[in-house]
Amino acid sequence: MSDTHRAIEAVWRIESAKVIAGLTRLTRDVGLAEDLAQDALVAALERWPESGIPDNPGAWLMATAKHRAIDHARRNKVLDRKHEQLGAELDDEQTTPETALAESMDDQIGDDLLRLVFIACHPVLNTEARVALTLRLLGGLTTEEIARAFLVPVATMAQRIVRAKRTLSEAHVPFEVPRGPDLEARVASVLQVIYLIFNEGYTATAGDDWIRPSLCDEAMRLGRIVGGLMPNESETHGLVALMEIQASRLHARVGPSGEPILLLDQNRARWDYVLIRHALAALDRVQQLGGALGPYGLQAAIAACHAEAPSAAATDWIRIAALYDALAQLAPSPVVELNRAVAVAMAFGPEAGLEIVDELRHEKSLDSYHLLPAVRGDLLAKLGRHDEARAEFTRAAALTQNARERDLLLARAASSGASPGDGPAAA
Amino acid sequence: MRYLAVYRSPETGKPPTEQEMTDMGRLIQDMTNAGVLLATEGCQPTAKGFRVRRTGDSITVKDGPFTEAKEVIGGFAIFQVKSKEEAVEWTKRFLRVAGDGESEVRLIHEMP
Repeated sequence: MSDTHRAIEAVWRIESAKVIAGLTRLTRDVGLAEDLAQDALVAALERWPESGIPDNPGAWLMATAKHRAIDHARRNKVLDRKHEQLGAELDDEQTTPETALAESMDDQIGDDLLRLVFIACHPVLNTEARVALTLRLLGGLTTEEIARAFLVPVATMAQRIVRAKRTLSEAHVPFEVPRGPDLEARVASVLQVIYLIFNEGYTATAGDDWIRPSLCDEAMRLGRIVGGLMPNESETHGLVALMEIQASRLHARVGPSGEPILLLDQNRARWDYVLIRHALAALDRVQQLGGALGPYGLQAAIAACHAEAPSAAATDWIRIAALYDALAQLAPSPVVELNRAVAVAMAFGPEAGLEIVDELRHEKSLDSYHLLPAVRGDLLAKLGRHDEARAEFTRAAALTQNARERDLLLARAASSGASPGDGPAAA
Repeated sequence: MRYLAVYRSPETGKPPTEQEMTDMGRLIQDMTNAGVLLATEGCQPTAKGFRVRRTGDSITVKDGPFTEAKEVIGGFAIFQVKSKEEAVEWTKRFLRVAGDGESEVRLIHEMP
């Protein structure tokens, strides 16, 4: 690939979502809009190597795509009112100089982008389709890149995207920002898609293929974009902060031989403080907006407690326990409860934590979750109940899928038995 | 990949005009909303800064202004992009707003 091609690709990454959004407003068809935008990209690849990249490449792409839209409308001789309107609008804009066009675009582009976000994450689509479409339309990723990132054949991903666009078109999904009672659920759907993309990358960071871990960067970028589009939605900034703090630990959470390193054992000098600082600023926005913290805001606030503690020993566990308390009430789940137990144990002693953990022992959904016996074993060990602790560590070791984690748990099981506090002589 | 961009320009001693401030504010907003900008700051006049140099065992401090320098650091930005070309494109957009001068753009070392 030539330098110019790579430069055009970079421009595309910056401009494509805006171009697709603007075209969707005109054509009311996201599939057609994307095709037209692709045509404009092809035109740029033909023209720019000779003419050079224009000063305002976004406006150039947009103007070119709009001309294609006129051609398309005329070619298909579509005579319904919508297209007549479109034709008139496009004819008007043909006479507008590019710079004026760029300015009028700028005023509207934020709204159009936001509408595109809501279309890509529309509930009429299944989750997989939302993720694919979001990365494609907003992230500017190619179908090949998305396929590789999600470990599916390119043909499968291409089909998924085509089908998603068809579904949107058949359902006549309007190009609008949801209002009223719908808004909250629709925002939640957008944030969920972004967090899914992040977690796909986060769980894959040990892989050889760079594209999977890069999903974390992609998700953070999308989160920041959405945060900019909806500056008053507190949870968007909460999610950005949460992802950034989690990502700040990416390089600290795996040891030299690939073994997982727990948060409290991590070398804090290896945390990424540029990301942490950015996350804390996002969390400040959440505070400035006021109101009660949402689930992402709360998780981010918990993560921030760790990020701001100079050492594991200096962690403000009382605050963390209080935040988990709020989270457990807002978004109760057994996993949240287990995390709350850990925080409570650190803040108020292992006995208090064990009480919460014991409530969870009959929770069906945690039956094969190795962290439940692992946490229980840890608390029992701290209370000197070593026989029970050993049994729990052994159970946890049998449940984990991760070989290195299994080794660590078995080692803890073995050392529990050897403890001097274990035998009757200590009593 | 992350880049550090350091901008150098002649020190004129004149504060930026309102238009320049507006344009720069808009660019920063654009870069923030594009999810690219992680950090950026602008510098005060070199009269309020200093240089520290170590040579062998001695460390000397020299107060500003840096009258002998043709161009001085005006600010920095850290941005997260997908390719070198994307960094180039953003840097061009910055320079169009910032005026004459040079940005030195360096790939930040990432921990393995």
